[in-house]
Amino acid sequence: MDGIIDRRKHYVEVLSETDVEGRAKPLEVIWDDGTRYKIDRVLDRRQAHSLRTGGTGMRYTVRVAGRDTFLYYEGPRWFVEAKVPPSYLG
Amino acid sequence: MDTSRKILHCDMNAFYASVEQAERPELRGRPLVVGGNEELRHGIVLTASYEAKRRGVKTAMALWQARQACPDVVIVPPRYELYRRYSMAARRIYYDYTDLVEPFGPDEAWLDLTGSIHLWGGDVRSVAASISNRIKHELGITCSIGYSWNKIFAKFGSDHDKPDGYMEVLPDNACDLVWKAPVGDLLYVGPATEHKLNHFGIWTIGQLARADPALVRRTLGKPGLVVQAFAQGRDASPVRPLDLAITDTEREVKSVGNGITCPFDVEDVRTARQVVWLMGESVSQRLRQLGLMARTVSATGRDFRTLACHSRQARLDRPSNITTEICSLAASLLVSDWDFRYEKIRAIGVRASNLVPAMRPVQLDIEGVEERRLRQRALDESMDELRHRFGNHAVRRASELLDPRLSGLDPERDHFTHPVSYFA
Repeated sequence: MDGIIDRRKHYVEVLSETDVEGRAKPLEVIWDDGTRYKIDRVLDRRQAHSLRTGGTGMRYTVRVAGRDTFLYYEGPRWFVEAKVPPSYLG
Repeated sequence: MDTSRKILHCDMNAFYASVEQAERPELRGRPLVVGGNEELRHGIVLTASYEAKRRGVKTAMALWQARQACPDVVIVPPRYELYRRYSMAARRIYYDYTDLVEPFGPDEAWLDLTGSIHLWGGDVRSVAASISNRIKHELGITCSIGYSWNKIFAKFGSDHDKPDGYMEVLPDNACDLVWKAPVGDLLYVGPATEHKLNHFGIWTIGQLARADPALVRRTLGKPGLVVQAFAQGRDASPVRPLDLAITDTEREVKSVGNGITCPFDVEDVRTARQVVWLMGESVSQRLRQLGLMARTVSATGRDFRTLACHSRQARLDRPSNITTEICSLAASLLVSDWDFRYEKIRAIGVRASNLVPAMRPVQLDIEGVEERRLRQRALDESMDELRHRFGNHAVRRASELLDPRLSGLDPERDHFTHPVSYFA
């Protein structure tokens, strides 16, 4: 967690799959620069509030490249709690 | 008196301010006010956070007063769409416990658990704790919950343990808790009623409960007896569930109205007419959306100096939701009531009441009046359709363009439903 000062709400593009019950399953997160992060597993799914960045929605605990992180579905948008590097704050 | 009902009243604390703090972590712990736009002269406190309330900021205070009371207060504009989303999310939580949920404004609701409590182990306290926890974790805000056998005392309970509290008002403690409280704490006893009751030596809810019904009736009229029954805990009104698909908070529409505090004082007939048309247009548009027609139209103006309201109403010749009919009647009502040589208007409102369904047989006539009305109606419907597809500013009346100060207003979009009367 070196160099992370803060987190901010960041809307992202997400590739997802919706089942007949209407449950969305995120497959890939696509960052602003076009980098695609494949979601290996969805570990948990629950309605929750983001304490770190504010906002509420369906919170997916997802595993990306061996690390667990949160992805929120705010309907109709997705957001992540993006790390803010020191340089961002100037 | 049936005391076996299990009714909860959930009240989300300092709702608008709490939602803003939940959405924006940097505002947490700071004195915050959600307030109207000062430039448009809607500069009052809509909601103050607990941090601001502690420093003396009160709801409905002017923003400059709030700044005086608390110089480092943060003032943010309201975001109704966001509050609506939180309100719906809270209601979805309530629906997990019972289907009998009656919303009372965007931030409050009654839940009747009588029939479903056995599914949760029969313990109301644990259900209340679970609701409160879920609201905290899922929405990031707090709520106060009151539990009683009737709606009035349940609301009393939620009002008396804020924020994030829980209070039980049961037959064995009601006398201690409720009856010793000032009479103004009872739902529907406002400042005017409280003043009247104080005049007769009634200061507490208990005194009202035990007062001579003849005296209460003489003082407050028939509604007084209802309020007295509330004080005695004899409120048998059911928790009325609402169909979410139909409407958000309103039960049955009794009237449709819209009003605005103008960004400037209205000092001539022409401008007054323009504002009335703007309001009347949104009123008739909403009537058409709801499939209703009005028999009565009223127009209200607020004096710029005394802030007193003058209201006048008249019946339409026939029930209508046609913009020109509603607006021209409202405009003539308002204009006839004000003398612009001496007076200016600060706020203007138009209301349509005495509603009937729009789909009903129409009596035709030989003069062709009804035929003209049909054409008007078709025109209105086409404009509604255009506005629906391209936004409310897609089609506008020429009169709106005469005054650039009016062109930024969008009464239809800015409309928000507030608590309806308990007696409705």
